[in-house]
Amino acid sequence: MPTQEEIYNKVSATLVEALNVDEEDIKPTSTLQGDLGAESIDFLDIVFRLEREFGIKIPRGELFPESIFQGDPDLVQDGRVTTKGLDELRSKMPFADLSHFEQNPEVGNLSDLFTVDLIARYIQGKLENGTNN
Amino acid sequence: MRWIWIDRFLDFESGKSARAIKNLSLAEDHFRDHFPGYPVMPAALILEGLAQTGGILVGEVNGFQEKVVLAKVPRAVFHREMLAGEQLVYDAEILHLRPEGAAVQGRVSVGNELTAEAEIFFAHLDQARSGQLFGDRNFVFSGEMKYLLGRMTGDKIRTGGSAGTAEG
Repeated sequence: MPTQEEIYNKVSATLVEALNVDEEDIKPTSTLQGDLGAESIDFLDIVFRLEREFGIKIPRGELFPESIFQGDPDLVQDGRVTTKGLDELRSKMPFADLSHFEQNPEVGNLSDLFTVDLIARYIQGKLENGTNN
Repeated sequence: MRWIWIDRFLDFESGKSARAIKNLSLAEDHFRDHFPGYPVMPAALILEGLAQTGGILVGEVNGFQEKVVLAKVPRAVFHREMLAGEQLVYDAEILHLRPEGAAVQGRVSVGNELTAEAEIFFAHLDQARSGQLFGDRNFVFSGEMKYLLGRMTGDKIRTGGSAGTAEG
């Protein structure tokens, strides 16, 4: 089982390759879209690389859940994620730190959840649970 | 001009790998300007040939029902210039394949010399969205693309329909 630091370093190296950014620009709190310039197609590339790097399988929607983003009125109303939506996020993304987002759950802020740290935490949980399939 | 940057497939293993060739002929228009007296194959067209090799490889898996589009090239390295008169061999190998898209490792060689390599990322266009944008026509896999594959016969081709024939 790799250490937290080893996981972070590998995640960082993966993002350097996928997003063509400099390693110095990658910080734990960097957001993939806002800070590192990731576009939608990059997310699948990142998933492929993480699978290869860590020898794991990342099912569709597990690391980057789609349900919440698709305008379900129960989950999103008037551009804000509802209480039910937040519950959905918590259950779909136990590896995400929602404390900041909860204070102002605008849909537009969702992309800020996806940080380098979030990916590292996701990978760590995945490796700890041994759910490699 | 026909937008086909491979001449023939040499080998094709469904869902795994494909090998195609491209003969660089001085008769091709672009060599007139690129460059006068020094006919270098434009790197972007080399990449296009490699992407067509990989794209057909990816598209064949689903019987060319999905529209496979080149989404990004995360990495491409050209080791040397390739000139008119040379024969390029394009090798594409599927690294990942999913309903949403695929990643392919591509290599270009001349004889035994590796002249370029690239990673190419393909997206499967969402069927509904693609219908809105382009209608039902499969603009990616035209008849000509499939014809190229159809020209291969015998044990060199192992497509989804005839998988399990000789290993080559």
